[in-house]
Amino acid sequence: MTDTPHIELPEHGAPALTPKERMAIPRQVMPEQDPKVRATNFDEVNHGLSAMAARMEALRCLNCKAQPCRQGCPVMVHIPDFMAKVAEGDFEAAIRIIKGDNALPAVTGRVCPQENQCEKFCTLGKKGQSVAIGRVERFLADWERNNGKAAPIVPEKKTGKKVAIVGAGPAGLTAAADLARMGHEVDVYEALHKAGGVLIYGIPEFRLPKAIVSAEVEQLEKAGVRIHTSVVIGQTITVEELLETHDALFVATGAGLPNFMNLPGENLNGVYSANEYLTRVNLMKAYTFPEADTPVAKSKSVAVVGGGNVAMDAARTAKRLGAEHVYLVYRRARSEMPARAEEVHHAEEEGIEFMLLHNPVGYEGDETGRVTKAKLEKMELGEPDQSGRRSPVPTGEIVEVPVDTVVVAIGNGPNPLVPRTTPAIRTKKRGNILAEEATGKTTMKGVWAGGDIVLGAATVIKAMGAGRAAARSIHEYLETGVWTEPVIVEEPPRK
Amino acid sequence: MTDAHPTGVLLEKKELAPKVHQYVFTAPEIARHRKPGQFVIVRLGEGGERIPLTIADADADKGTVTLVVQEVGRTTAEMARALLPGMKVADLVGPLGNPTHIEKFGRVVVVGGGIGIAPIHPIAQGMKAAGNEVISILGARNKGLLIMEDEMRRASDRVVIMTDDGSYGTKGFVTDAVKTVAAEGKVDLVVAIGPMVMMRAVSNVTRELGIKTYVSLNAVMIDGTGMCGGCRVTVGGKTRFVCVEGPEFDGHEVDYEGLMRRQRFYMDDEKASYAGFVEAHERDPKTCRMLRLADAAKANQQS
Repeated sequence: MTDTPHIELPEHGAPALTPKERMAIPRQVMPEQDPKVRATNFDEVNHGLSAMAARMEALRCLNCKAQPCRQGCPVMVHIPDFMAKVAEGDFEAAIRIIKGDNALPAVTGRVCPQENQCEKFCTLGKKGQSVAIGRVERFLADWERNNGKAAPIVPEKKTGKKVAIVGAGPAGLTAAADLARMGHEVDVYEALHKAGGVLIYGIPEFRLPKAIVSAEVEQLEKAGVRIHTSVVIGQTITVEELLETHDALFVATGAGLPNFMNLPGENLNGVYSANEYLTRVNLMKAYTFPEADTPVAKSKSVAVVGGGNVAMDAARTAKRLGAEHVYLVYRRARSEMPARAEEVHHAEEEGIEFMLLHNPVGYEGDETGRVTKAKLEKMELGEPDQSGRRSPVPTGEIVEVPVDTVVVAIGNGPNPLVPRTTPAIRTKKRGNILAEEATGKTTMKGVWAGGDIVLGAATVIKAMGAGRAAARSIHEYLETGVWTEPVIVEEPPRK
Repeated sequence: MTDAHPTGVLLEKKELAPKVHQYVFTAPEIARHRKPGQFVIVRLGEGGERIPLTIADADADKGTVTLVVQEVGRTTAEMARALLPGMKVADLVGPLGNPTHIEKFGRVVVVGGGIGIAPIHPIAQGMKAAGNEVISILGARNKGLLIMEDEMRRASDRVVIMTDDGSYGTKGFVTDAVKTVAAEGKVDLVVAIGPMVMMRAVSNVTRELGIKTYVSLNAVMIDGTGMCGGCRVTVGGKTRFVCVEGPEFDGHEVDYEGLMRRQRFYMDDEKASYAGFVEAHERDPKTCRMLRLADAAKANQQS
């Protein structure tokens, strides 16, 4: 790594640099907790860029005419525009630009897989390291929150229309913010006792502090959005009833039943879904037991099955709960892992032991029913499958790993409660709601849907994009009163 | 839900048997939508666990639900010892799970064991309203532990009471009564709710007799809405989720041993948590720092 060249930064304004000078600035490093220390606490791992480092990083941006980075962003944030403002030191203008496209930058700056999105298309990345777009975004959002600069959500005008949103996760919260700004009355219904969805129950404190999520929710409440927790739509109140009291409805109920592999021993004690393991720790605060009432298994040796962000979160959580060995069992190779590169790197630094090209075939337990052993089959890489990744092929060779806890993190099906109590909302075979891609309109008049309930397990930013698209479409419907039938592709081909 | 019609305010509380209380809570939307067989999740306050409790009764006009709860752990202990009329629990969520499948079957036997009599009550009512002949078999260890006898008599054509010690009704187990009733005439359906060992025993008897049997399972749950997967149970060799696919399943297909094993997983933690609460509460019931309900109580005093 080269040292940052000395560049004089005026308090206001950016120095005029040639592209060559810009490219001479190395990607700025984000300070983080020492791996040994952080593996024993739940505090946030990353400390974030300093204002100076953020401006240096922004100076690296070449402000390409074609703006390839924006094409990689599901909500097309005006990246070069906000980078120019950061370079000038005008953070307030920069965060306004981001918020024009992205309601929750403090969240996405932390959890977006930038290396597969904006940063993947950055011109600098072709030869060297791309601009650290996510880190600058995160810096701006934190600067805004810490300096009390968050602009209140002010409705353009009161429309007198009412919208109900089902689910207070990323899709629902984004739609709520947009609809409130457009002047509609918004009721958000959340099944759990806390708003935030996966941001609260799923993503751990060390990766996304809950105070950030709470601050976003407070902003919404200040703007008059009513958040009704512990109300399960489809059960406590039906969709039909909500449509009697509201002019439109957005279903963003997210992920549902966790997937298991139907292996022998999978229902032994100590075998968790990642959803349960993480919910116990994040939402129910099991790491403070007995201060909080909900316990979680105490473990010496944990196997986490999967290669995505949720698997990394579960593995790193297990480590923080005191496990001596945490094995990450993934059936493909490291390069095929869907997790964010940073999370894989952090997990490895914290001592997570990767067992790549291994796949569980069963579990054994003791006389009390606690799991004691994971049986894993070694895999090798075969031909690329339809996802373009080389598919893992079983070798027949079995290894046994002593474990007392297993966390299965291989995805979820959609939440079944709304579709099954609302026949007019049609679903795909697996239960995901059918919705028009550009708008989120469902087969039921006045009802939109978006996020994981439509997409299957996707990303926070995709869910937010769906929330924004639905808000726009709902607004148009409320203004014109015209419901055009959605064009829905019944079973879109898998990517 | 709204300030005008809050959910979760305790209106009445009454002791039905030692360590068994009946609670009547405000819950207008739940009262309007609940059907026999469904349950709610209760969370007392900050740091509190979420526990599933079956609905024993509801009044849609008054907007109330009735829960019958036995003190078995930390949260149920706080409900029994510290929750008083006028106080509000932080969360009362529901109705959850699938309703009991109710139609005219003919001659229906409902079996309630111990605290299981509470959730069997609305099912008896529903079956009766659908035109079935309802025979209720109620089991308890002794007379003092038998609950809701009058309510069950009103909901049934006939009630058979069995106690382990013979202090009331007939001495013996509910399985004996099931056999007797089946010998008297064809039984079209059995619905059994009670301790796991009782449901297993009833299912073993009715399997031999060839009588379709439903049991209502009580599993460890967190969200109760189909997200966490903690409540899974093996039924007919397949993994099922009690919260959204149950709570009722074919009693002949349930892996009771597996479910009982899963229920015992947190037993040590649960016992420690329960004992810690009881000890602190007995030492200083007024300012017990462990009370989840403390905030709710304060809020109520102020208002």
